[in-house]
Amino acid sequence: MTNRSIAIQITLNGKATQLACSAPTQTLLHALNAAGHSGTKEGCGDGDCGACTVVLLQTDANGVTRSVAVNSCLLPAGQLAGAHILTVEGLKALNSGALHPSQEVMVRHGGSQCGYCTPGFVMSLFATFHSAENMLDDAAVEGNLCRCTGYNSIRRAMAELIDIPTFALAELPAVNAQTAKNHEENQWLYRPANLDAALRLKQNQPQAQWLAGATDLGLEFSRDALHPKPLIAIDALAELSLLKLYDGQLEIGAGVSLSRLQAALRGKNDQRDSDLSMHRNGALRGLYTMLHWFAATQVRNRATLGGNLGTASPIGDLLPVLLALDAEIVLQSLRGERSVDAPNYFLDYRKTALLADELVRCVRIKLATHSNADAQTTRTLTQSYKVGKRGSDDISIVAACFLLELDGDNVITKARLAYGGIAAIPIRAIAAEALLVGQSLSSNLSALVRPALHAAFTPLSDFRGSADYRKQLIVNLFDKFLFEMTHTDAAAHA
Amino acid sequence: MSAMSASPHESAIGHVTGAARYTDELAMPSGCLSMMPVLSTLAHARIVQLDVSAARLAEGVIDVITAADIPGLNDTGAIVHDEPLLPTTTVEFYGQALAWIVAKTDAQAISAAKLVRVELAPLPPILSFSDAQAAQAYHMAPKRLIRGDAESALTASPHRLSGTFESGGQDHFYLETHASWAYMDSENLLRVHASTQHPSETQHIVARVLALRQHEVIVSCVRMGGAFGGKETQANAFAALVALAAMRTGKPVRIKLKREADMTLTGKRHPFQTHYDVGFDSDGRITALRAELIADAGWSLDLSPPVLTRAMAHIDNAYYLPHVHLTGLMARTNKVSNTAFRGFGGPQGMLVIEEIISAIARQLDLAPEVVRAHNFYGGKTGMELARDHTHYGQPVRDGGLRMQRIWDIALKQGNYPARKQELAAFNQTSPMRKRGLAITPVKFGISFNKVTYNQAGAHVLIYHDGSVHVNHGGTEMGQGLHSKMLAVAARTLGIAQSHIKIMVTSTEKVPNTSATAASAGADLNGQAVKSACDAILARIFAVLRTHWDLQDAIELHCANDQISSACGNQICFKDAVALSYEARISLAATGFYATPGLSWDMEHNTGHPFYYFSCGAAVSEVEVDGYTGEWRLRAAHLVHDVGDSLNPLIDIGQIEGGFVQGMGWLTMEELVWDAHGRLRTVAPSTYKIPTISEVPDALAGQFSTTLLDNAAQPGVIYGSKAAGEPPLMLAISVREALRDAVAAFAITPSCAPIKLDCPSTPEAILRAVIAVRS
Repeated sequence: MTNRSIAIQITLNGKATQLACSAPTQTLLHALNAAGHSGTKEGCGDGDCGACTVVLLQTDANGVTRSVAVNSCLLPAGQLAGAHILTVEGLKALNSGALHPSQEVMVRHGGSQCGYCTPGFVMSLFATFHSAENMLDDAAVEGNLCRCTGYNSIRRAMAELIDIPTFALAELPAVNAQTAKNHEENQWLYRPANLDAALRLKQNQPQAQWLAGATDLGLEFSRDALHPKPLIAIDALAELSLLKLYDGQLEIGAGVSLSRLQAALRGKNDQRDSDLSMHRNGALRGLYTMLHWFAATQVRNRATLGGNLGTASPIGDLLPVLLALDAEIVLQSLRGERSVDAPNYFLDYRKTALLADELVRCVRIKLATHSNADAQTTRTLTQSYKVGKRGSDDISIVAACFLLELDGDNVITKARLAYGGIAAIPIRAIAAEALLVGQSLSSNLSALVRPALHAAFTPLSDFRGSADYRKQLIVNLFDKFLFEMTHTDAAAHA
Repeated sequence: MSAMSASPHESAIGHVTGAARYTDELAMPSGCLSMMPVLSTLAHARIVQLDVSAARLAEGVIDVITAADIPGLNDTGAIVHDEPLLPTTTVEFYGQALAWIVAKTDAQAISAAKLVRVELAPLPPILSFSDAQAAQAYHMAPKRLIRGDAESALTASPHRLSGTFESGGQDHFYLETHASWAYMDSENLLRVHASTQHPSETQHIVARVLALRQHEVIVSCVRMGGAFGGKETQANAFAALVALAAMRTGKPVRIKLKREADMTLTGKRHPFQTHYDVGFDSDGRITALRAELIADAGWSLDLSPPVLTRAMAHIDNAYYLPHVHLTGLMARTNKVSNTAFRGFGGPQGMLVIEEIISAIARQLDLAPEVVRAHNFYGGKTGMELARDHTHYGQPVRDGGLRMQRIWDIALKQGNYPARKQELAAFNQTSPMRKRGLAITPVKFGISFNKVTYNQAGAHVLIYHDGSVHVNHGGTEMGQGLHSKMLAVAARTLGIAQSHIKIMVTSTEKVPNTSATAASAGADLNGQAVKSACDAILARIFAVLRTHWDLQDAIELHCANDQISSACGNQICFKDAVALSYEARISLAATGFYATPGLSWDMEHNTGHPFYYFSCGAAVSEVEVDGYTGEWRLRAAHLVHDVGDSLNPLIDIGQIEGGFVQGMGWLTMEELVWDAHGRLRTVAPSTYKIPTISEVPDALAGQFSTTLLDNAAQPGVIYGSKAAGEPPLMLAISVREALRDAVAAFAITPSCAPIKLDCPSTPEAILRAVIAVRS
């Protein structure tokens, strides 16, 4: 058997540490546990329970340090050389030996019972407490499962934490530039320094696999098996991390994390990104809504649009949104750049138009489709929906994004009905869309498109939901959308 | 007596700093080996060949364990010997472990497991209640529980209803998966560390499998990362395997299951199918109930008989049932062997009567909460029956239940009458979102049905500097048992908790313990701890009487680290201990407790099995989306009787956590087996337990927990009551609120029962909405 063991240099709880890994794809969690750091727990190994949450301290070009909560059970250690990682064992040291407020409030309010999920909750609270947005609400811990408390004791702890003023973390050693250097010499997990190097690697090794936030591939790493293909990590490439609004179009770099996109839509970002909040209730409303339902904080902190497109799962939550927004997917190779319309990108089950030497560089979405003169009278109605067994942090049974453009007379000029979870690929209901164009907006439209929607798809039954239920949702979700768009009260309620 | 303090969990600081260790994280001797299973890929099959030779040669593999390697009895059955540790001839469920690889690392064991050549000849599997019925595949003879003459009473009833109702299983989803490790020490003692609720039984099973005496096996449990019944018997097999491998290899060996393996291999809450026929009068009072309860026991018996018994004994919930004829069956299916889970059959029984009461209320066009209250135990004096004995014959005295008091507080906390009107108004104007409201009661019997298990021991040691070790037979799984035992010892000895350490639970400290289960952990062990403390105190007091030259009649008291006499003498606890040591008296004592007054006739399922009942009530309000069946719990108000709480912070945590776990079972936690008998929901990506977002916010006033006041329970440790299981069943109010919301979608009024599948997933709710609309 090939020996792939390596040691990575990281800063762990403020101390320079050589972390031994059985392979570059060994997860951070397993490497930490093997080294005797047992405070970080494995509850599922799937990135779904949050017991393994640790914090990555990330310092950007402006010198701003962010605390980013991530699931250590999914992260390959080889992707982290040079990183500064905080675990639950390190927090006291950051607070001069006393319990950190995120720990103290959990003790006081009975936030722990069996205690196994607790380190993960503490790290999620810690990350939010030290984040710029400092939004200590349910979303801060929705990626952490607790089976004992019923959560209200944790809410009581959070309520006290909100009132504690945040403070700067004690002086932390800067990341050592030498150790942060890329691991090109490692033939199992490459960390190219720039896009060109990444594309060269891929051209030479077409069998290699792109590795972005590792929130999907990490499921394999979590199971300890040796990954059969070389990996090219692209999570640190500056060329993929642009998020900007220009000439009426939005460009989202394939490497932009979904939380960053969310922050930009909230208008709470650190100026490096365009403020997208003006579109939050307009054209990007469906995107904003779906981001809320997309997994949980720890996953959104790592997951990217590029990863969602690369995986191309038929239940990838953002893919119907891209279809509804007529997004262009920009593919890059050493041969140059080409752009593919979203509907032409998805070919078959997890098969896409991406060629072996190509990488998804970014996604472009046109925001101003109307001329300024028209803008007074035309409007866009759009929203997205996701149905799962559980409201939050679930994989969808059916996801949908709808978009209607109306002229000044309330006549539909463009319709997009895009779905996930109902076919081998994310897909639009083209026939129903065609029926809608030229019609006046009213809730009666549902009767018009119902037969077309019924006939369009033959979804499967699986352990998430039956084919019948999916068929009902295809129709009912559009009904719901029409109802919400024609009843302002209901729209506000939603 | 002053109230006990709401102090944090004794390990809370360890929890939040990561310093508290769990079984697999304890410092193990170096060179510890790992075990991983080879799993069956059929639900029912004859084993044609199991060739492990290639796996033996794989890198890092030290041993491969199959049935042939078991020196003792190849059986881990808790009640009967029907559960081979490793199969010899047939596979009984999909994912059953056929062999275990022992290797240097987890990864090596996983790789080697793939090299085992398994040849299986398929046999027809039994995967459902209907399969079991067709094949008449049942464990044991049917159980019966009969009072009066149900048949005649049904015939004479003014109204009747009948139906069939199924409730689904539930995975425990403790955050810490099963873990065990073992090594042979220098004295030839097999030391086993296991995440087990029942160290004594684990010890017994390990000894049985290895052909050892129990004194050769020591089982310890430091703490568990959740258990909920899932580690009552289920830990035994893994402990036996590591013990066997440790004995064979001479090395320490560990098992820490991956989540997927844990969910595939271990038993769950029993799904139940119930056929019922009920009679009632025009007030909705039940006159007679005939029911057949069928538990899906899975491939082996495990604890299914007592689970079924508890279901049958809880089909009354808080209601008086005059004539009862119950039959209980255990379906033998090719699935995991279902096991204990918080409530232990009680919830499944109670769900049935709540289903029935809802149907009665619909049929009579009465408010469900009125029909519920009509059926409570007790009632007006001078009635034809006193309505004060359960169907199994135990007296239920009105004052003992405190049900009416609890009910009234819950109605008030939930602002029930006003909310009901507001909801009706909302539903009038909202065509596609409907709200529902419900209140349901809980009455849960406390004690093990089997009288023998209602005993506990403790061992308290006081060192001559005044510091104390408390050993007791209970295990800590997050429920706060150790914190409560600390409080009991501190209160009994009159000293601060900081002087006391609760020791790791171990069979070498307290022998022959019962499982920490049946909500009785604090009741049983608390009395045992108190009796040990009292025994030592009596000796210290004798020394002090001599020292102070006091008559025997003079009373001594201990509080605030001081011991004082009625005559004004005073000494600090530490000095009293030193004095007692000087006087050569024993400063260690065992304590023991056996619950008095219990009886149970296993043949007729009658007697006085419960020391008392734990009661509560909850009001829940939901909103249902008529397009998708999605729903949201808008509010929940819980009231529970925990007596004089030993620790209100911990008891409120038990109540809130139990409620949310129950809500998960009833609404979103769906176990899906495919046509081959393979469980397809084996990870949190597919098996959804509640997150914070599904729980109403207590800080916004949408959620409240009220402990019944003035509720000291006579005869229980410091007037407290059990809190572990009963609150789970408060969640039945969520299901009934969903039913109320579904009913609001009706276009034309109807008195037909609202069918709502369980778990009530969005898909099931939408199905119900469509049905009431047509």
